[in-house]
Amino acid sequence: MSDTGLGIAASEGRREWMAVLAKAEASEVSAAWERLEKPAYTLLRPPEPGLVLVRGRMGGLGDPFNLGEMTVTRSAVRLTTGETGLSYVAGRNRKHAEIAAVLDAMLQSEAHHDQVRSEVIAPLEIAQAARRQLSARKAAATRVDFFTLVRDREPSK
Amino acid sequence: MTLGIDLSRIHPGFPDSVRDSQTVFRAIMDAVARPGLAVALNKAPEAPAPLARATGAIALTLLDFETPVWLDANVLAGEAAAWLRFHCGCPLTSETHEAAFAFITRPEDGPPLSAFNAGDAKYPDRSTTVVIQVPDLDGGRPVRLKGPGIKGDRTIAPQGLPGDFWEQVADNNSTFQFGVDVILASGDLLMGLPRSLHIQTEGA
Repeated sequence: MSDTGLGIAASEGRREWMAVLAKAEASEVSAAWERLEKPAYTLLRPPEPGLVLVRGRMGGLGDPFNLGEMTVTRSAVRLTTGETGLSYVAGRNRKHAEIAAVLDAMLQSEAHHDQVRSEVIAPLEIAQAARRQLSARKAAATRVDFFTLVRDREPSK
Repeated sequence: MTLGIDLSRIHPGFPDSVRDSQTVFRAIMDAVARPGLAVALNKAPEAPAPLARATGAIALTLLDFETPVWLDANVLAGEAAAWLRFHCGCPLTSETHEAAFAFITRPEDGPPLSAFNAGDAKYPDRSTTVVIQVPDLDGGRPVRLKGPGIKGDRTIAPQGLPGDFWEQVADNNSTFQFGVDVILASGDLLMGLPRSLHIQTEGA
């Protein structure tokens, strides 16, 4: 069964789980991986680190500018059952990229989808939300409100 | 970057892309430095139809996002085009004179060498490198080669080339420094025919 045409592969869900896998800590991903029953797969693209240019928009609305480059590692695998998995993960951890690609492929297969979703993706999502919240709280604690005093003198002309 | 490619049928590329492509690069350099000598590739992975292993290995080694590639209809019809896009990230072009590399797997139906970019006076190196896949590097019409990289002369007889191929090569090479470089590929073997060669067809 190969469903990489338009089905699950192009779904909104895939975008989400790939994002979760890309941003997860390598140690979390491999810990989850160790608990799973591993499918047989071949490497289409062995994990390879490289740079991607990150672009941003000021305030999310302005003209795009080049923020800087970041290290990513990408990989592609094919399960023996035919699903093709891709991964682009932050950092240089090759094992992380390989596992993420296999998990992406497993999530596209009906046989594995539910298990991986609940045992891998959901806990990673919770951990990421907790990390985001923690850093948001730390940032909020040091928040400074700027205000401008009314000047006591008109500038001279 | 790989958006829009059907990944469900992509074959693997080099198992170890850095070392394998260096090995193949060395073989290609040897082949171009010793024109007419068949150089064996022992690191070539299985390539998707209609590419031979040597043709696929040349592509994996030399193509990247900066090299527009022209493919003949036979390659475009198979799985090889998606494979090249996936592994090399190379843009495909339908204009022969824009191509940095061209891959011809049906030489009889291919465009003449003069259709490709022969380079310009400032950058003769920007010409097209034409990779032609032939059924066999031996057993065809014998041709005598002379020129840099050959001590004395060397006779080769590749099969499957169009009748006027050697006239095309001679024309191409007569305008040196301009001209395209040709690489013949067959199975695991490749042979360089750089633009510096002098061609003498047997009996002519």
